[in-house]
Amino acid sequence: MIEGHVWKYGDNVDTDVILPGRYVSLTNPADLAQHCLEDLDAEFAQHVRPGDIIVAGSNFGCGSSREMAPLAIQGSGISCVIAASFAPIFYRNAINIGLPILVTQQVAAETKQGDILNVDLLTGRVENVLNRRIFQAEPFPLLLNDIIRSGGLLPYLTNNRQGLK
Amino acid sequence: MSMTLVEKIIADHANLAEVHAGEIVVVHPDLVLANELSGILAIETFFRHGRDHIFDPDQWVFVPDHFVPARDIRAANTARRFREFAYENGIQKYYELGRGGIEHVLLPQEGLIWPGALVMGGDSHTCTYGALGAFAIGVGSTDLAALMVSGELWLSVPETVQIVYRGTPSPWVEGKDMILYTLGQIGGDGAHGQVMEFHGALLRTLSAADRFTMCNMAVEGGAMTGIIPPDAVTQAYIVAHGNKYYDEKALSTTYGNAHKIIDIDITGLEPQVAQPFSPANSVPVSAIGDVPLDQVMIGYCTNGRLEDLRRAAHILAGRSVHPHTRLLITPGSQQVYQQASAEGLLDIFLAAGAMISPPSCGACLGGHLGVLGAGETALSTTNRNFVGRVGDVKSRVYLSNPTVAAASAVAGRIIAPQELPGLVSHPQQVIPTTELWSPLEVTA
Ligand code: SF4
Repeated sequence: MIEGHVWKYGDNVDTDVILPGRYVSLTNPADLAQHCLEDLDAEFAQHVRPGDIIVAGSNFGCGSSREMAPLAIQGSGISCVIAASFAPIFYRNAINIGLPILVTQQVAAETKQGDILNVDLLTGRVENVLNRRIFQAEPFPLLLNDIIRSGGLLPYLTNNRQGLK
Repeated sequence: MSMTLVEKIIADHANLAEVHAGEIVVVHPDLVLANELSGILAIETFFRHGRDHIFDPDQWVFVPDHFVPARDIRAANTARRFREFAYENGIQKYYELGRGGIEHVLLPQEGLIWPGALVMGGDSHTCTYGALGAFAIGVGSTDLAALMVSGELWLSVPETVQIVYRGTPSPWVEGKDMILYTLGQIGGDGAHGQVMEFHGALLRTLSAADRFTMCNMAVEGGAMTGIIPPDAVTQAYIVAHGNKYYDEKALSTTYGNAHKIIDIDITGLEPQVAQPFSPANSVPVSAIGDVPLDQVMIGYCTNGRLEDLRRAAHILAGRSVHPHTRLLITPGSQQVYQQASAEGLLDIFLAAGAMISPPSCGACLGGHLGVLGAGETALSTTNRNFVGRVGDVKSRVYLSNPTVAAASAVAGRIIAPQELPGLVSHPQQVIPTTELWSPLEVTA
């Protein structure tokens, strides 16, 4: 169970604003976190607290494939990103590094900046603590669920020595 | 059940008779690409999980191109570790500076891409190779690390949306305009997670260079990738670049089953300009208004091929860059650079007052070699104009084809090329004079 304050953003949040190109030579999540969302919301990196949740519209993480973007979010202590949809490469990257994500249009549409969400990552149940509304995120396909539960793609490969089957 | 072109390619690489959209399968790519930025993160992850040697060195291409020639000490050390890893692992296809270039211009040029190939790259514009009928997708660094471990990776089989072009555009239109217009029509997320499969009589006559430009920007429509069913143009390109023939029959039996078809009427289409801050924010160049330019950038992986530089040179010959404007030309590869030199294009650029940069991503991603300051405005032939993409958050970037960019560099503001006095024709009109053989045309 996760509970955290919501940072709310719109559609098409691209990886250039999540982690600007000028910083992509950094690789350590703690260093990356200092610049997370810098070009979209200068407040974010200063005020984000561990456990906070990002809620966004459609196509979150579009643009560059840079994995420094989800790493920066992870380094910021964000516990989960919930969006109406994710850009295909960001979706892969988040699952692969073990950054929890959930896909649901409803939460994206009906959540505001500063709301508090309670999230059950195992079931995809999301509750808005302020108004007690309950939402259900889309389930993940089987293999992806296994990767998520292993904590990411490399831990998964280590646990399953015969590979991705 | 029949399959789309991409489903067929994926099935071939997943060792399955059939795959269909929505399924998750494990594939073995023919080729995996890393640049020094996606590569270094992959290498760190690979080592952190206790691995030391790469599964199959022959599967890999390593191309340093983003922050090189090293822009600072950190970039130098990144490039050094990337190079050392390639050497230690016996990766033969490592392209050192001066012998390589920008990855998406380089790989097709080196004959590493063929129709029906499955390619994964640690870069979102890996989709460029769809121009040759390959299924090529961008992946992340952990994906690369997993491929280093096992040579295979999971993939969610995408739906295919066929984009069918109808009509004849204005003589100034290039592949770049067709894709900018398409993005404007469908939106920046209009092909979410899908494959954009390009069709239409006009498309069949487009040069490989224009096709690369179009597929390069499929990802800007939210697509997983773009693809152009192979035909005579594809065949001519791969043969000229020393690659193998492909099984035309195996691929050509599979096109007709798209999940969606979008018709795009390009009758009378004008060159397009994408306004800040989205490539999908495109308007006809005639509607752009007065946009004075501090900088114009021509080249990079979207429009840095020889044909693109010829177009720019056609405009710049005998003309000068506007006194208040800087023009940066970035050839896409060392080979393009050499050919441009041999054809005298570089002399034209230098005489016009342009600055020529080495083949490198440079300012395209706000790295180095021409980033923008606060309040500056640029017109660029690259693929993205997001907030802060080319430098300061308060800079603004417009996107266009190389002909419009060159004409605008002369004028010091965005103009249509025909506004330049004395310019009569486009150097390489895309409108066909003779019909090319095209047995694979969709009749939809
Ligand atoms: S030129 Fe620009 S878009 Fe192309 S690979 Fe380099 S950074 Fe990416």
